[in-house]
Amino acid sequence: MDILTISLVISAIHLGVPIILPMLGGLVSERSGVMNIGLEGMMLGGALAAVAVTFITGNPWLGLLGAIVSGLLSGLILAILTVTLRGNQVVASTAINLIGAGITAALVPIIWGVDGTSPSVPKIPSMTIPGLSDLPVVGPLFSSLTAMDYGTFVLAIVVWWVLFRTDAGLRIRAVGESAESADAAGIAVVRTRFIAVMTSGAFAALGGAYLSIVTLDVFQASMTQGRGYLALAALVFGKWRVWPALAACIVFGLADAFALRSQIVGIGIPHELLLALPYVLALVALATFVGRTSAPAGVGKPFVRA
Amino acid sequence: MTSTQSPPRRSRLDNELRAQLAVPSRLSAGGRGGTGFGTFLASLGGTSRSVTAKIVSFAVTIAVALIAALPIVYLSGSNAQVALQALIGGSWGSPQAVAETFVQTIPLLITGLAVALAFHGGIFNIGVEGQLIIGALAAGIVGATQHLPGSLLLLASLASGMIAGALWALIPALLKAYRGVHEVVTTIMMNYIAINISTFAVTTGGPFAAKTQPSATEKVPLDAQLPVITPGTRLHAGLFIAIAVIVILMWVLYRTPAGFRLRLMGANPQAAAATGISLPRTMITAMLGSGAIAGLAGAVQVLGVYGRYFDGFSPGYGYSAIAVALLGALSPVGIAAAALFFGTLDAGAVQLQAVAGISREMVSVVSGLVVAFVAAQPAIFRLLHHLQRTVLAGRTARRAAAPVLPPPINGDNDLISAGLDNKEVL
Repeated sequence: MDILTISLVISAIHLGVPIILPMLGGLVSERSGVMNIGLEGMMLGGALAAVAVTFITGNPWLGLLGAIVSGLLSGLILAILTVTLRGNQVVASTAINLIGAGITAALVPIIWGVDGTSPSVPKIPSMTIPGLSDLPVVGPLFSSLTAMDYGTFVLAIVVWWVLFRTDAGLRIRAVGESAESADAAGIAVVRTRFIAVMTSGAFAALGGAYLSIVTLDVFQASMTQGRGYLALAALVFGKWRVWPALAACIVFGLADAFALRSQIVGIGIPHELLLALPYVLALVALATFVGRTSAPAGVGKPFVRA
Repeated sequence: MTSTQSPPRRSRLDNELRAQLAVPSRLSAGGRGGTGFGTFLASLGGTSRSVTAKIVSFAVTIAVALIAALPIVYLSGSNAQVALQALIGGSWGSPQAVAETFVQTIPLLITGLAVALAFHGGIFNIGVEGQLIIGALAAGIVGATQHLPGSLLLLASLASGMIAGALWALIPALLKAYRGVHEVVTTIMMNYIAINISTFAVTTGGPFAAKTQPSATEKVPLDAQLPVITPGTRLHAGLFIAIAVIVILMWVLYRTPAGFRLRLMGANPQAAAATGISLPRTMITAMLGSGAIAGLAGAVQVLGVYGRYFDGFSPGYGYSAIAVALLGALSPVGIAAAALFFGTLDAGAVQLQAVAGISREMVSVVSGLVVAFVAAQPAIFRLLHHLQRTVLAGRTARRAAAPVLPPPINGDNDLISAGLDNKEVL
């Protein structure tokens, strides 16, 4: 293992985390029975909110908070459309995507007076872990990751724990499998779905914030580049389970890292084509490895109390 | 369409469809997503809502979306009056502006029809953007590289755009039909692949890059381009192609067995399967058709507007098309109206930015709001229906007359209403 390999791992993590975060969000939402293809729009909202708040306060941590608020808000809108009004989930979340992409791009000139890209803001700094960062080979890993990278993996464990090891998680999954039965068992279906969808918004927004104040230090219109959709693909591929889906996200991140690297180290395949690699991989994975889908049975069905 | 204007064949098909829809929805409750989609399609009113109801919901949707977008207008330091003047002036204020509005309408109209065709079958083709791009690229390449007489080359380019678009849609269709992978995820992946491939094709040093023009193919010979139909403007013969697609789609959807099978599948897949319709085959056919129309839209842009394929020529027509199709309630005529509305916004956006200082991204916000409002529509109809019922029930109770339920409205019978949870009568 040489320095090139470890740096590839690092960039795979850097590029994987902004897919993992929305994936976790999508997981929570879909496990509760609400298909959320609006992750992309929610990410864009979070990316802009993070930069805007950081720009005003000078503190990227407050920027993260701003992203969470924007994510909760977008989740609230989706929940009202799909749970309260019982609108079609695919259509409603498409609306979130369109509004997210449009409103963020429209707000850039309103806030900063320039089109397209915001001015730079302070980034979330990377942490150096004393001791570990001095290790041979893996040392650079522990000096180039940020608290958000570690936080993401902690969050994945928390999501897994809550969903599959706690009563609250059981309730969410029960609502997602059969809202009617869950309702009969005394579970508050509407409240559960609201919480799940708003949580998914917050996670997706954090993923967007990662792109804008960890990876970069600016907001650019449509900077998420389909990562919200890759998260969905990872979810389908991982059959709505945390770890396989997370592994898929890392693979997509690796493909991204590989494409970036090819720009520097020529490997005979045109860079523009390699940029399509994560999407091609996602398609191939969906085409070959996944059996018939095993989505939560209640996904897509609005709940009407009989 | 009111039933009085409908020719016999159409009403027979529709009556049949209604009868199929009257299958109690409990029967289909096991199907994943099927029920939700069927009721949603029904709520859009493919078969039963009156023309007046459709026009009212169209106008209300537009009005609500525009009002909801007002904060952006004021945040940009403008006001509603200035914005509206700029918008209307930029889109309908002069013959040139009107022509430009139609130029903007054409791609939205054709892609909107592509989205609607799949939607009638309950298929959510978000891949129209990718199919459009790949169709445009194919048309640009064929037009720029093949040596054929003018009109023949034009036809070959249009056809290759359609074929490329159809093939691009075939992959998600096969994945859905045989692997059960939801088309939303796969069509989006295909969009990003299309974007990257087309960028590669015309990037400097790429296989189809022009020598003098960056990020584009060579020019298509002038006699193989779609001619301009009003001299001095950019309005081109693609308008006739768009109108032809409307007519063909209306005929296919409402007058042919294939269209009937498609709509039945969208309304109630279980019932469709029970009548012996092959769902995979119907689905694949619909996606091929949808992709071909999307590819045609791309080819028309290349051959009518630019004369060559330009990388990044689409500002997201395929996504706006979703709003167009939904606002038009999936009916070809409704879609024409919806496309004209968004075409107006697109054409007016230039003035909006120049005069009122409002970002042209405002247009995508409005299209998002339209989609959000369409998603909320069933709930609104439910509410209206509920009000109507309570009012009528109150009246009948006061008169102490027999039936508590209101008499059938608009010729609908109770059997149909009972079969469709969400379908309401305005």
